[in-house]
Amino acid sequence: MTALHSAAAPEGAAEPLLRVRDLTVSVRDRGVVRPLVAGLSFDLHGGETLAIAGESGSGKSITSLALMGLLPNNVSVTSGQALLDGIDLPSLPEARMRAWRGARLAMIFQEPMTSLNPVQNIGDQLTEAIRAHEPVSRRDAAAQALVALRKVRIPEPERRMRQYPHELSGGMRQRVMIAMALALRPALLIADEPTTALDVTVQREVLDLLRELQTETGTAIILITHDMGVVAETADRVVVMRQGRMVESAPVETLFATPSQDYTRALLAAVPRLGAGAARAKPLPPATPAPVARLMDVQVHFDIGANFLGQATHRVHAVEGVSFDIRPGETFGLVGESGCGKSTIAKALAGLVPHEGRVEVDGKALAGLTVQGRRAICRDIQMVFQDPMAALDPRMTVGVAVAEPMVIHGIGTAEERHARVADLFQRVGLNPEQMSRYPHEFSGGQRQRICIARALSLRPKLIICDESVSALDVSVQAQVLDLLAELQRETGVSYLFISHDMAVVENVVDRLGVMYMGQIVEMGTRDQVFGNPRHSYTTRLLDAVPIPDPTRRMPPRPERDLDLPSPIRPIGEASRRVRMRNIGEEHFVAEED
Amino acid sequence: MAETTGAHVAAIAPAGVLRRLLRRKLALFGCAIIVLVVGGAVLAPWIAPYPPDEQLFEGLTLLGEPLPPGGDFLMGTDLLGRDLLSRMLYGAQTSLIIGVVANGVALVIGTLVGVLAGFMRGWIGAVLMRFTDLMMAFPALLLAICLAAIFQPSLWIVAMVIALVNWVQTARVVYTETTALSEREFIAAEKTLGASRSRILFRHILPHLVPTLIVWGTLGISVTVLLEATLSYLGVGVQPPTPSWGNIIFENQTYFQAAPWLVFIPGAAILLLALAFNLVGDALRDVLDPTQRGND
Repeated sequence: MTALHSAAAPEGAAEPLLRVRDLTVSVRDRGVVRPLVAGLSFDLHGGETLAIAGESGSGKSITSLALMGLLPNNVSVTSGQALLDGIDLPSLPEARMRAWRGARLAMIFQEPMTSLNPVQNIGDQLTEAIRAHEPVSRRDAAAQALVALRKVRIPEPERRMRQYPHELSGGMRQRVMIAMALALRPALLIADEPTTALDVTVQREVLDLLRELQTETGTAIILITHDMGVVAETADRVVVMRQGRMVESAPVETLFATPSQDYTRALLAAVPRLGAGAARAKPLPPATPAPVARLMDVQVHFDIGANFLGQATHRVHAVEGVSFDIRPGETFGLVGESGCGKSTIAKALAGLVPHEGRVEVDGKALAGLTVQGRRAICRDIQMVFQDPMAALDPRMTVGVAVAEPMVIHGIGTAEERHARVADLFQRVGLNPEQMSRYPHEFSGGQRQRICIARALSLRPKLIICDESVSALDVSVQAQVLDLLAELQRETGVSYLFISHDMAVVENVVDRLGVMYMGQIVEMGTRDQVFGNPRHSYTTRLLDAVPIPDPTRRMPPRPERDLDLPSPIRPIGEASRRVRMRNIGEEHFVAEED
Repeated sequence: MAETTGAHVAAIAPAGVLRRLLRRKLALFGCAIIVLVVGGAVLAPWIAPYPPDEQLFEGLTLLGEPLPPGGDFLMGTDLLGRDLLSRMLYGAQTSLIIGVVANGVALVIGTLVGVLAGFMRGWIGAVLMRFTDLMMAFPALLLAICLAAIFQPSLWIVAMVIALVNWVQTARVVYTETTALSEREFIAAEKTLGASRSRILFRHILPHLVPTLIVWGTLGISVTVLLEATLSYLGVGVQPPTPSWGNIIFENQTYFQAAPWLVFIPGAAILLLALAFNLVGDALRDVLDPTQRGND
């Protein structure tokens, strides 16, 4: 409905709420002035949602900070205007801006945990925000805060008022941020990647909520995002940015149907889409008696809490009775939302956390190995982590990092290792001349290539990719996924591919397991699980994935229970196990009540 | 291994580090002061105009007051008519030995305890850290007095006493850093590569502690020099008439108003030396950090 509204409003018919003209934001670094955003212009009408989309470094977040007057010290608006109701925001004195922030224009950030004060309860924070702008008594402000919490449909709002941020789930915290932002009915709300840190099902709910509140209050929204699916589902108009410049600006339907710029086309083509994976024809590796890895009834528990004798009182059932095989040359996927235990399985397999049950690698059980045996298994299993910057030692050159596994396992002479590293660099698409550089000198995608090169250096049988492409821009993500597929064709390596992103998983895996609360609830080939999902959780996950097609917008769904059930139980209490049923051709589904 | 790590080693080779260090003005200033003080201390027997503990007849006025700086005595004389410049030069020997040796030993003990406790965890870590807490809770000065009373005070004993008192803070800081580092993802990545514990410790944890150790090490120099002064004042430090910058201040502090130079000159010397080490330490930390490369 908001889409219709903007389409019906012809150019210049109504005065726009926000008029940005030739906005240039520059950073001053040791006397050199370099533009971060150059010549950006757009209009935003009341009640409209404008998405600013772009990859990292496109200047989309800097734009939002410039509008809010929250630019870092060495960054400033050097020319152009941003008129809100005819008043230029960048030239507003800080005192006026402070009064406007929150009241006239509000902002929500990506990570709600860091934008909330951890030592103040929700009620106090909301009340304080209201009283900072409106001359109301503490009691009235508290009443307003409660209304705001009700509006974002937080269950038990009275109790939440007394709770602290860490007691709430991620989705709930983002709702609190939205409540705080909308409590004063601002004319403009800037949402900077508001759902990026949330699970898909929660993302879906937060997006629905934003849309509903917008129709109710008529607030204009600027949505900053890298996710074209989110753009398609929420925006009326889109500005695509690249390296600080506007590439294209169009109504959302036009942009997706007939993008006019090459960059937009490339960006849209790189977006992984559900349903695209089926086209990728590749014969399924056959079930063999000798899988690369076999997990049988694997459990991982963490004991937490302590009574006065130092004994644990509770137990986190992170992984509870998981069994699956990974066959030679196949990609096995594990999907699920945060906290479902998928990464813990990876860690158990890599020997980073102790497990119960049986894990076999190449026919040898992991438990009870000697140090030497353990080290030998490391040669067969390698891991590629989510954040390549964190996974590389920042004080080591990348050449040394890639050679390190060979040094550890005493493989080859120094010259042989050097040659192999150079070869690996070429193989993952890097220049061997960059070997003597440090990790911070590379881009995110290049760093992940370095991690892949390091994982490959021992010629492993299995590489665990734990959210390995989640932190990358879509275009880079597509390249890294292509690289992984190519390496599999060349070397026959198997992957355990762990991700929260259903579209990516559908594009790369041969078989997969869907995890919920530490257990696998559905397992089968890609076609079985995506084509014929049988478990209610699988369908819910699939439905929640934003579709990068504005003509297929989903209606808001009825509310669900917001809180996931907790995997924490008192010691001694067993957790409930699901029973798997084979519904034909190795397609397993958990029985539901 | 030597070849594969060649690039890495070359990047932090002493020659390169020194060159980049000296390109920074403040570091250059710090180095100059350190060279000056070390030079003065080493050459004291040759360049000092008078023996440090000789009470000169012409060093006092007729009323028995010390002489202000100027004339024959560049820095003036003290209450006993001894030449302050000579005492400062010989005192530099004592203070440098205390500042460098005592502080160095404290740093080594603290790092060992902290790294072991942080890396081993378990009961070894618990025992080490509780012992550290115990040492921390015990008044440092009292401990130093006890230790100094047990051993016969001499320069080296005083240095050891100071080291035994001063390692605690370093241990705590290193422990915290080590536990934080052990949780970093690249350490987990190393484990999945099959790296041994000693390899992780020496190749991936210790290099990251270097900046912290440099900062603590340089800060500790002024602390130890002053602690030595305190011990001297209490009679358990370096024994008179051996001069140290600290005991020059304490010998003369009651005459501060009548003869301010007697306190001001050694005070300024301690301050300058500490400042110089801090400047060099800060610059060294930046130069050794690969992410700061190109910022110098």
